[in-house]
Amino acid sequence: MAAPSIPIPQLADDLSTPPLTLWQLGWLRFRRHKMALFGGVMLILLLVFSFGGAFVFTEKYANFNDTSQRLQPPSSAHPFGTDSIGRDILARTIYGGQISLFIGFVAVLIEVVLGILVGALAGYYGGWVDSILMRFTEAMLIIPTIFLLLVMAKFFGGKIPDIHIGERAFSGSVVVIVAIIGATSWMYLARIVRAEFLSWKEREFILAARATGTSNSEIIFLHILPNTMAPIIVSSTLSVANAILAESYISFLGLGVQEPTASWGNMLDKSAKYLDSAPWLWFFPGMLILLTVLSINFLGDGLRDALDPRSRTV
Amino acid sequence: MSTSLLQVSDLRTRFQTPEGTVHAVNGISFHINEGETVAVVGESGCGKSVSMMSLLRLIPTPPGEIYAGTAIYRNDDLLKKSEQEMEDIRGKEIAMIFQDPMTSLNPVLTVGRQLTESLRVHLGHTQEQAEKRAVELLEQVGIPDAARRVQDFPHQFSGGMRQRVMIAMALSCAPSLLIADEPTTALDVTIQAQIVELVARLRESLHMAIIWITHDLGVVAGMADRVIVMYAGYIVEEADVQDVYDNPSHPYTLALLGALPRVDRRRDQRLKSIPGAPPNLLVEPRGCPFAPRCEFVIEKCRAENPPLLHVGKNHSSACWVDVKTGVPR
Repeated sequence: MAAPSIPIPQLADDLSTPPLTLWQLGWLRFRRHKMALFGGVMLILLLVFSFGGAFVFTEKYANFNDTSQRLQPPSSAHPFGTDSIGRDILARTIYGGQISLFIGFVAVLIEVVLGILVGALAGYYGGWVDSILMRFTEAMLIIPTIFLLLVMAKFFGGKIPDIHIGERAFSGSVVVIVAIIGATSWMYLARIVRAEFLSWKEREFILAARATGTSNSEIIFLHILPNTMAPIIVSSTLSVANAILAESYISFLGLGVQEPTASWGNMLDKSAKYLDSAPWLWFFPGMLILLTVLSINFLGDGLRDALDPRSRTV
Repeated sequence: MSTSLLQVSDLRTRFQTPEGTVHAVNGISFHINEGETVAVVGESGCGKSVSMMSLLRLIPTPPGEIYAGTAIYRNDDLLKKSEQEMEDIRGKEIAMIFQDPMTSLNPVLTVGRQLTESLRVHLGHTQEQAEKRAVELLEQVGIPDAARRVQDFPHQFSGGMRQRVMIAMALSCAPSLLIADEPTTALDVTIQAQIVELVARLRESLHMAIIWITHDLGVVAGMADRVIVMYAGYIVEEADVQDVYDNPSHPYTLALLGALPRVDRRRDQRLKSIPGAPPNLLVEPRGCPFAPRCEFVIEKCRAENPPLLHVGKNHSSACWVDVKTGVPR
């Protein structure tokens, strides 16, 4: 009698799915976070608005003043209205957006480089290196940031000549703002990185790496740093929002990006006098700052949940 | 006879802790010849790993401190070399594999990336050369489908496979000496046997010397040439492997062998355990450190720590008593 042929499932082949890497797992979780997705999409739209808009309006147009057209409410000729010296607000929000976003991202780049460097050296080497770097970090932390920003902006402002790239001219103040925001915001990141290094450097694979003759710098940057990327990414995403806000305060107080170069912050500065009479002056740049900061924060929240190594659920 | 590869004399390592000074290694001396396999046995916390890590200068300083001794490796004292010079030696001349393969690989780097590291650092391979060599190395340690698996991450390997990867990493630069720090302890017995066999096979083809740290006398029997028994940071017995089993001459070695399960043991016979615990290394013991747990103890043991005494050919033991007769030497 022939045995009934029961198909035996090839378990190993049928059931084995390739295991997910941290990043794939992160993406799966990130996708579920609707607000974070919204933040990501919004941020892309804002980037398209600021950098794509430059193909519609020239910078010359954004800086062109026609006093006969001053303080015009939104109309078909000027969809966002005009400011106190008759410049088109739509064009200025586009170019101002470039500057504000540029400041946000580049300042964070500086912050990340400084923060990683200080945190990694302090955490990895420990001892007196740690003591000196951390005391310096704490010294920086106890000075109120806004105060420090204003003093530095006042001190360095106007000392950098305007920068010409191709046809465009940028106020030298942009560089100053980027540098001082970067230089005053790295401390929290440095502490996060230090804490991560303190725990990772004790792992056995670091000992194993040392036992194969790996140098300290390779251990720091190739072995430990990749393990600490998740908290660094989350923290620096949230810092972009803070940097954009910081730029707004300084510019609002007139110490930031100098005219005629527009930024969302200095557009607000000029509108303070017209709070009631010409609300479109502050509404559009203010709304753009709000949207940018909000979407970056949502994005950061989503990344925090997605990249948290302690939650392993999808 | 074969030439000496490493000659360690009076190596002493201590750790400064808030509770006091821990004397982890208390003046050990031994040598190892080219191509020879030496097993270092002893229970947990008796200084096996610390002494071997001292040789590679992998002890974190502070709190650790190697405060005396020499370790002559091919005419150079390892303990006098700069950190830079040590980086050139680690992995290239002397490689080390660790106990727990689950934590000894970096989780975010591919296996290939970790394998190619020492090839690039020590042998100056280009990335392309190193990758090719990495695949060969994985094949050599018996990992199937090596060409594809070099791109995998450590979590995609099982424990035994990871230990194979660790061995491949350690052997990538064909070191003259391999220090294996309990490489089979975290693995189950079948895998243990495979790993031991793998290392034994690679030892032949690479003609390297091995220091095999273990607390399992059974694992070393078939593989080691000589055995060093350590207790409380001292070497208490050193002998050719057969001598240790046939003719143990230190009470501690005797006790370790008694604690080993044997196929020919009578069923009603219980495994012997060693009473007590290893001494607290915070207090420097007066007399023999094993005295409180020793069944042969005599008055002299509590007063004076015995030096390593010659008891036979290539055989020395640090005991005041002849354990076969129970008579003081």
